[in-house]
Amino acid sequence: MKTEDLVTMLATGEGAVEQNAAARRYTTAIGWGAFGATLLMAVFLGVRADLAAAALLPMFWAKMVFSCALAAASTIAALCLARPGARLARVKMALAAPILAMWLLAAFTLAGAPRELWPDMFFGRTWASCPLLIAMLSFPTFVAAAWAMKGLAPTRLRLAGAAIGLLAGTVGAVVYCLHCPELAAPFVGTWYLFGMLIPTSAGALLGPWLLRW
Amino acid sequence: MSAGEERLRDLLVHGLAGEAPAYHAFLKELSRHLRAFLKKRLAGLPDDVEDLVQESLLAVHNQRHTYDPGQPLTPWVHAIARYKLVDFLRRRGGREMLTESLEEAEIHFFSHAETDAAEARRDVAKLLDQLPDRQRLPIMHVKLQGLSVLEAARLTGMSESAIKVGVHRGLKALAAKIRKPG
Repeated sequence: MKTEDLVTMLATGEGAVEQNAAARRYTTAIGWGAFGATLLMAVFLGVRADLAAAALLPMFWAKMVFSCALAAASTIAALCLARPGARLARVKMALAAPILAMWLLAAFTLAGAPRELWPDMFFGRTWASCPLLIAMLSFPTFVAAAWAMKGLAPTRLRLAGAAIGLLAGTVGAVVYCLHCPELAAPFVGTWYLFGMLIPTSAGALLGPWLLRW
Repeated sequence: MSAGEERLRDLLVHGLAGEAPAYHAFLKELSRHLRAFLKKRLAGLPDDVEDLVQESLLAVHNQRHTYDPGQPLTPWVHAIARYKLVDFLRRRGGREMLTESLEEAEIHFFSHAETDAAEARRDVAKLLDQLPDRQRLPIMHVKLQGLSVLEAARLTGMSESAIKVGVHRGLKALAAKIRKPG
């Protein structure tokens, strides 16, 4: 088939293209992912018994806002990386800001506490399980976001894979907040981040293979 | 934004809104720029240029829903062409065959055009024949014979949405087949 004929074929019989396709796909993916994560959390982990009391503590909300801000930033990253030629400069800022804010809060918390409490604030009681549980809760979003990305046009596959992994990790973390008993900023700034980075690394590893088109 | 890019962007935006003549003009002109871009970068493989022009056109078409009208056109088209070129060279195992840097290419994308189409080696029509009927028939009737979706649905006994899905998935499958060597 000659190129001219291919052009004619492609241009024939096409209606209007749906607008904001990327945003729609990600909305669907995040919706299903969060639903799946909540289900997993409710069945295997359970909502923390004192959630109503915890919801009165500022640190509970700081943790929630931290996770939600990173979820929003990684959604923007995934949207940008799904579109050929889009720039990423602002995305980096949006990703760095919540992390720096949490680390700053952690530094202040540690500075204001006696030294013998530091290990407690850093390790809590659940440091060993927290990252793995966040990674587990990220799984539904990982699958859904990979589906969303695959229907778009990522051209930097490793980064695009990392972005959907991070998105999955942050959604997992938001849901994990409802179960997690820890409230110290040094803990959140370390182990939550570590948990999010597990699916991020998986995404970066799998991206070139998973997202090719 | 150059005047040429502005005009092409307009054609694409109208095309995305469903105006077939504008979309046709966009693809036609785009193919000339793609050819110039790829010819320059595949100087050692002149026989593959037209194949890759067609592959890139199909990619632009299948992925056209990722173009945001608020975004300049050059980086979008350049990123797709570059992705397809690098993918092609990786498949051939010869990234070193790149004769010109890709980084500097973006700003000049729409300043070169090449009208002389060589013969493509891979025949898209033959690849079309390999598709299953539920994709091949909708593409044949709607996109090659120019029937409406309704007419194609009556003719094949498929539902209208099956026709639309068949065209959409068929073109995606075609893009996947075109990537396979041989």
